Amino acid sequence: MKPKHQRLILAFVAVLALVGAGLLAASALREEASYFYTPMTLANANVAPGTAIRLGGMVQRGSIKRDADGVTVRFIVQDRDAARSVVYKGITPDLFVEGSGVVADGRLARDGVFVADSLLAKHDENYVPRELEAIDMNAAEHTKDSLAK
Amino acid sequence: MIAEAGLAALWLAAALALLQAFAGFLNWREMESALTSLIKPVAVAQGFLCLFSFAALMWLFYVTDLSVLLVASNSHVDKPMIFKLAGTWGNHEGSMLLWVMILTLSGAGIAMFEKRLDGPTLSATLFAQALLSLGFFAFLLFSSNPFERLNPAPAEGAGLNPLLQDVGLAFHPPTLYVGYVGLSVAFSFAVGALLTGKVGSAFARAIRPWVLLAWIFLTVGIAAGSYWAYYELGWGGWWFWDPVENASLMPWLAATALLHSVAVLAVRDALRAWTVMLALVAFAMSMAGTFLVRSGILTSVHAFAVDPERGAFILALLLIYVGGALVLFGLRIGSVREGKQFALLSREGAIVANNIFLSVILAIVLVGTLWPLVAEAMGDRISVGPPYFNRATVPIGLLLMSALAAGPLLRWRSDDIAKLRRLIVAAGTVAIVLALLVMQWPDAGIFPILAMALAAGLAVAAFLPLVGRKLWRTPLTTLGMVIAHFGLAVSVAGMAAESGWTTERLAAMRDGDETKLAGWTVMLKSVRPVAGDNWVAVEGEMVAKHGDAEFKLSPQARRFFQPEMQTSEAAMVTRWNGQLYAVIAPVDEKNFDRWQVRLWWKPFVTLIWYGGLIIALGGVLVLLGRMRLGRRKRADENRWSTV
Repeated sequence: MKPKHQRLILAFVAVLALVGAGLLAASALREEASYFYTPMTLANANVAPGTAIRLGGMVQRGSIKRDADGVTVRFIVQDRDAARSVVYKGITPDLFVEGSGVVADGRLARDGVFVADSLLAKHDENYVPRELEAIDMNAAEHTKDSLAK
Repeated sequence: MIAEAGLAALWLAAALALLQAFAGFLNWREMESALTSLIKPVAVAQGFLCLFSFAALMWLFYVTDLSVLLVASNSHVDKPMIFKLAGTWGNHEGSMLLWVMILTLSGAGIAMFEKRLDGPTLSATLFAQALLSLGFFAFLLFSSNPFERLNPAPAEGAGLNPLLQDVGLAFHPPTLYVGYVGLSVAFSFAVGALLTGKVGSAFARAIRPWVLLAWIFLTVGIAAGSYWAYYELGWGGWWFWDPVENASLMPWLAATALLHSVAVLAVRDALRAWTVMLALVAFAMSMAGTFLVRSGILTSVHAFAVDPERGAFILALLLIYVGGALVLFGLRIGSVREGKQFALLSREGAIVANNIFLSVILAIVLVGTLWPLVAEAMGDRISVGPPYFNRATVPIGLLLMSALAAGPLLRWRSDDIAKLRRLIVAAGTVAIVLALLVMQWPDAGIFPILAMALAAGLAVAAFLPLVGRKLWRTPLTTLGMVIAHFGLAVSVAGMAAESGWTTERLAAMRDGDETKLAGWTVMLKSVRPVAGDNWVAVEGEMVAKHGDAEFKLSPQARRFFQPEMQTSEAAMVTRWNGQLYAVIAPVDEKNFDRWQVRLWWKPFVTLIWYGGLIIALGGVLVLLGRMRLGRRKRADENRWSTV
């Protein structure tokens, strides 16, 4: 084999591998990346139950309820314009408190309740999950619902 | 006073870096000047000044000098001493000073010990190294001064994030940094070699120990970081595909590829352009990693001390250095002569396959890590998590493992497929037998079973290069390679076992309640309050029984005061075949008669980290072997010159 040919073959294999990686990444991204919603954008979007998504917002004050089994927790996540019921089984993160931000990974159940697989709260006072930066927690306190009550 | 001395040392070191850049440039162009002989002392002095500066900062943390802003905002008078000291680098400014110190000490190391390179290439390397340090000095002095004073001084200090108050912190970041900086040295060598056009065996032999050293530290750093997150976060996971984790994985992937291609360049003088490219990419990945960690641009569970503005500074440095190096690569690579040829079925061919698989995994991780940013620019907010990474990287990883079983058995230049037959039969039999055995367990996916079988096959194949050799006459370098490859098999076996066969139990328990999990019976005997220096906690007293064996577990839910925060301290029972992992938490803030208990049985999970350590041990043996070879060679040369 001539040196030039070998270089060509190696370059070809490398390009092929990179294209393959790109395709693999693209297909995996299309199916596995989860979109981020706030209660408002989720209300307006048409998300099929069972699709992996993320939901972020503020934990409504007075909304955290625990089931009799001691491990299931139900609460409401709200932003300024909408609210969504969330159910989660397990130990809640350290800074999961009412009136504070939370990002939940999970999916919608058929009845519209968000079933969370994991909860991400801010984990020290200097750090806020990036998704929550745009949500004004003070404004979120006074939703239409809470004002009506 | 100490703070001012530390700052002065830093400024002086920066001035010396500027001098080194000039001297390096002149020497590279072979222009005679008064600076010519100064370059080495300047590099060495720079390293020691930074060492002094770092020691000064450490002293300030030791005495908790609260008139220094950094100490006041990250330390506290009541903090245990070990965490006061570790706090030196548990924050942005301190960790950057640590980075710069290691960087300049490496520069000093090159100046003192590098004997293989010719004069101009060494000077060009020191020139590149000086330009690198200048950027980081500017970053430290203009936007991250660790010695800034605070007036008036507070009485107590703000404290350190409790998650960081752990011995893991004392070792994890410095280890990773040594790895990152080691790759920056490889980068400087690559730039130096590009400047003089001397990309060949001498270059490969000069950069090899640095790459190896960086790689060993990255391996240990990643393994330790993974274990640390595993027991400290209390989520039972050991790898979350979090941006910060990926930031350390990507340089490791690039360094692993580089480590192998450098071997080809050193031994066979082939893969010249590719090796130089990898050296540039490896450092680009370390800088990109630092940028991701420091800027907080991506949501992470391990992000500490983030600051977008400083992130922008690091991004600018990244673009200047990597962009500049790539332009240089484009301009100069044409003048690098082609390396030697090899057949596709050969050791070189196998290493090319290794490099391609590693690069593909690197590309997939990079795309997945950065995709949320790209999507955001297009108006979507998405997150890319474990489902993506597992699905895209695991198949490639398994292909890589298959290639790895065969590669070390092939000869350099060209080999015969027939030689592989014995290996394929041996490894294949082991893999099939194990796959059949493992399939007895239901519920595991296809990938854990495949990975387990491949790991078993590789564990055997890894030792085949020793067949027919006398063990005590085997070079340390070969032995190290065998051990590192075996370590990978061990680690993958642990990952496969953990991901395929973990069982989990979540229960609300009262005192005296029992629950069962994977052959274990766990009883919550009682829960009592406990207190530490700067926290209070509830501690569960549990008894776990397995057959006749009985173990005590004491998980805690801690509440820290400075700053206020809660954490879970997991409790673990480690047996030869796995770990029982327990976490406890109050059911809610009002009732303290029932407790949430989460238990995991993780079969063979410890193999993940033992494997990592075995891999690193292999690297250490290779490094020792190289040093011994180098010394013997130099001794030989001396003998000849005296004859």
